[in-house]
Amino acid sequence: MDSEVAIRLQNVTKRFGDIIANDNVNLLVKKGEILSILGENGSGKTTLMNMLSGIYFPDHGDITVHGKKVTIRSPKDAFALGIGMIHQHFKLIDVLTAAENIILGLPGNESLDMKSIVAEINELVAKYGFDLDPEQKIYDMSVSQKQTVEIVKVLYRGAEILILDEPTAVLTPQETSKLFDVLRNMRKAGKSIIIITHKLNEVMELSDRVTVLRKGQYIGSVETSDASIDLLTEMMVGQKIDLEIDRTEPLPFVGRIEVKNITCRNRDGVAILKDVSFTSSAGEILGIAGIAGSGQKELLEAIAGLQEIESGEILYHSPEGETVTISDMKAADIRDLKISLAFVPEDRLGMGLVGSMDLTDNIMLRSYNEGKHFFANRKNPRKLATRIVEKLSVVTPSVDTPVRKLSGGNVQKILLGREIASSPNVLMVAYPVRGLDINSSYMIYNLLGDQKQKGASVICVGEDLDVLMALCDRIVVLSGGELTGIVDARTISKEAIGLLMTSSKKGGAQHAE
Amino acid sequence: MLNDHEVLAKEPFFRITKRAHISNLKSWGIRLIAVVLSLIVCAFVIMAITGENPFNVYLGIIDGAIGKKRRLWVTIRETLTLLIIAVGLTPAFKMRFWNIGAEGQVLMGGLATAAVMIYLGPTLPNGIVLLLVFMASILAGLLWGIMPAYFKSKYNTNETLFTLMLNYVAMQIVTFCIVFWEKPSGSNTVGIINGANEGGWLPKLFGLDYGWSLVIVLLMTVGMYVYMKFSKHGYEIAVVGESQNTARYVGIDVKKVIMRTMMISGGICGLAGAIIVSGASHTISTSTAGGRGFTAIIVAWMSKFNPFVMILVSAFLVFMQQGAIQIASQFGLNENASDIITGIILFFLIGSEFFITYKVERTKAKKEATAK
Ligand SMILES: Nc1ncnc2c1ncn2[C@@H]1O[C@H](COP(=O)(O)OP(=O)(O)O)[C@@H](O)[C@H]1O
Ligand SMILES: [Mg+2]
Repeated sequence: MDSEVAIRLQNVTKRFGDIIANDNVNLLVKKGEILSILGENGSGKTTLMNMLSGIYFPDHGDITVHGKKVTIRSPKDAFALGIGMIHQHFKLIDVLTAAENIILGLPGNESLDMKSIVAEINELVAKYGFDLDPEQKIYDMSVSQKQTVEIVKVLYRGAEILILDEPTAVLTPQETSKLFDVLRNMRKAGKSIIIITHKLNEVMELSDRVTVLRKGQYIGSVETSDASIDLLTEMMVGQKIDLEIDRTEPLPFVGRIEVKNITCRNRDGVAILKDVSFTSSAGEILGIAGIAGSGQKELLEAIAGLQEIESGEILYHSPEGETVTISDMKAADIRDLKISLAFVPEDRLGMGLVGSMDLTDNIMLRSYNEGKHFFANRKNPRKLATRIVEKLSVVTPSVDTPVRKLSGGNVQKILLGREIASSPNVLMVAYPVRGLDINSSYMIYNLLGDQKQKGASVICVGEDLDVLMALCDRIVVLSGGELTGIVDARTISKEAIGLLMTSSKKGGAQHAE
Repeated sequence: MLNDHEVLAKEPFFRITKRAHISNLKSWGIRLIAVVLSLIVCAFVIMAITGENPFNVYLGIIDGAIGKKRRLWVTIRETLTLLIIAVGLTPAFKMRFWNIGAEGQVLMGGLATAAVMIYLGPTLPNGIVLLLVFMASILAGLLWGIMPAYFKSKYNTNETLFTLMLNYVAMQIVTFCIVFWEKPSGSNTVGIINGANEGGWLPKLFGLDYGWSLVIVLLMTVGMYVYMKFSKHGYEIAVVGESQNTARYVGIDVKKVIMRTMMISGGICGLAGAIIVSGASHTISTSTAGGRGFTAIIVAWMSKFNPFVMILVSAFLVFMQQGAIQIASQFGLNENASDIITGIILFFLIGSEFFITYKVERTKAKKEATAK
């Protein structure tokens, strides 16, 4: 019985300062199984796995691999034990080919026989059904291809136990199901696979067993065949919750933001948005879907006056019936014209807020310049901050706490709270629930729904297609900077969106043109 | 395969972790310990050099810094000079603009002061000369501050190198002017300017030699505190310093803020030049700034940009410096001895910031792991 146990963790604890990232966690991985590790953001999944892959060293607790107690002090030790991890952020060298990246850092002879290495890699690729050209350069690759390189790299080094940290976060539905096929092939070949995720349907689809962590603690493990989405949610969150987003009918179509044929280039002169046109309506939630880096960020920033536009224009149709061209305005002009355009950017602490400033000063960001006084008025922002804290039940010691010290969900509530405080006509949000726990996520969905009912034109960039399809009225799909479709969120299938997300791309390359 | 790993049961002996939170009391306690430790180390160093009882040495330091009325006033004067430069640097550093050009800005302010004193001092009424002195010195410092700011905001040049190089430019200009203003000729120094009529000298106030300097510097200190803490400008500076992206996002004109702030920063440093030349030395040389433009950077950072804390920090540094000068002469050491002492103290003070930010713990021995 014990012979089929690949890894056993007993009472493993890891602290970072005052935070207990893992508190007496137990884990068992069997040979030839796919184990999901499920938990909300910050529940300690990555930390636990980093202790297996030699990035961190446990404060205490035991690790047993194939029945032997071991000490893993570096990724090298982990590899010697046959453990390989594919991290959330890839560690590849752009100017090298896939094969060169794969052998990088391996001990070997003075002279490299690239031909036989490529042949070996191709053998692996064929065996498990990957889709990879070993001689392609990394910079020519899409995110999913880069991920494939990372996986093959780990296999090439002889890993028997593979750990994947949220591998599907960056993939389209099609790419995800391809990855799952490969993982199933590996299981057939007797490898053990640990996959970290917080997406419940993936757990149900792929894994044999699930281990759930909550706030650094080990909650339990169940066979997937005995589990249900409700049970897993309850284990993960600690309480029963309703996973329905209630979506109201959109208000009748009234154009609010009209994007006309805009093209933008980034600093390297690469076209990042290509001839994109659409019109958002008041009283709807317009979703924007696409693989990470398809131009979503630039699109929102262009509307907000933060991104230079090469050609095309953006019009704002006010509720009073006036039309203003906002594409040649800077953020300051838009503010000064009192166009109430709210924007919750992707980088909350790097763009939307100032991490080291307290709640009041962050609330003040939008309004500090009002009035002609030399001195800033902190009285009203302070009142507003207090109100937001109360209304959105923000957990904070006081309004004088630096926002950096708040958890992700509370940071987002402050940011969104400030942006909707001005009753905006346009509300743009980028990845509004990234990093948030389930309860906060649903609160945010509800807030967006409220704004829609109040007649705001809500534009929401998201990464989880299931959520976009449940939350939005229409979805704009971007692929490599091009608009490949505007679809009805109520009737479209996930697979159809997935196809649009990759449709006009040449050879899957991210940097086409 | 597994065998090599059983021997790898060692762990690091210390663990360094970032502190999540530290109380004010504790952080100042750590700084105090650093000061005490540095004084002890200084004592050993001095003992090794002089063979004197360290107690005597410290008495010598106290005596040197505040032992006589004149010495006390020198200490106050030097503190004021260091303080106003640190105050001037505050908005720039708060904006994360690495202005290491205070030395040059002070020097240019001093040069402008000397020029006004030399050319107008003997002829115009003193009040007007002084007014011109202040205006000229502020303008000169401002010019030295706005140049790197302009190139930074226009071409994104590196302000650290730019401001550093401007220090040398200022130095060369002063050298050049000394050739014209030499007195007596051949001495290669300017000598005391307007020694006879005291034209352009800051007069006494309330019967105090440095009364005007005291008032001006304290006003600047309070003013800077208020400016940074309560004004819209101060708020903009803080936002730009923390994140230019956020600044752009809310519509702050980043370029404008950088230019404006460096004008203020350079202007105050230029005024510091006037405080030195018109208020104290009444002469100009390449060492008029005397490294204070650099020491002030340390003062500003150690005070966490709080102008009131800067009073304490600069007073302490100057106290030790003046004391060290005294013991150097008392025990026949050369003048570098005071630099050594200042260096030791700064080393400890800066080092203490590490212990304020991080916690060093001993890892508990893991018996199961080592027992094999
Ligand atoms: N290097 C680190 N330093 C300090 N805290 C950390 C570090 N890594 C993780 N943490 C904290 O440990 C907790 C668990 O994080 P993590 O393992 O990344 O969670 P998950 O992968 O489940 O989202 C979080 O509260 C996180 O902030
Ligand atoms: Mg993680």
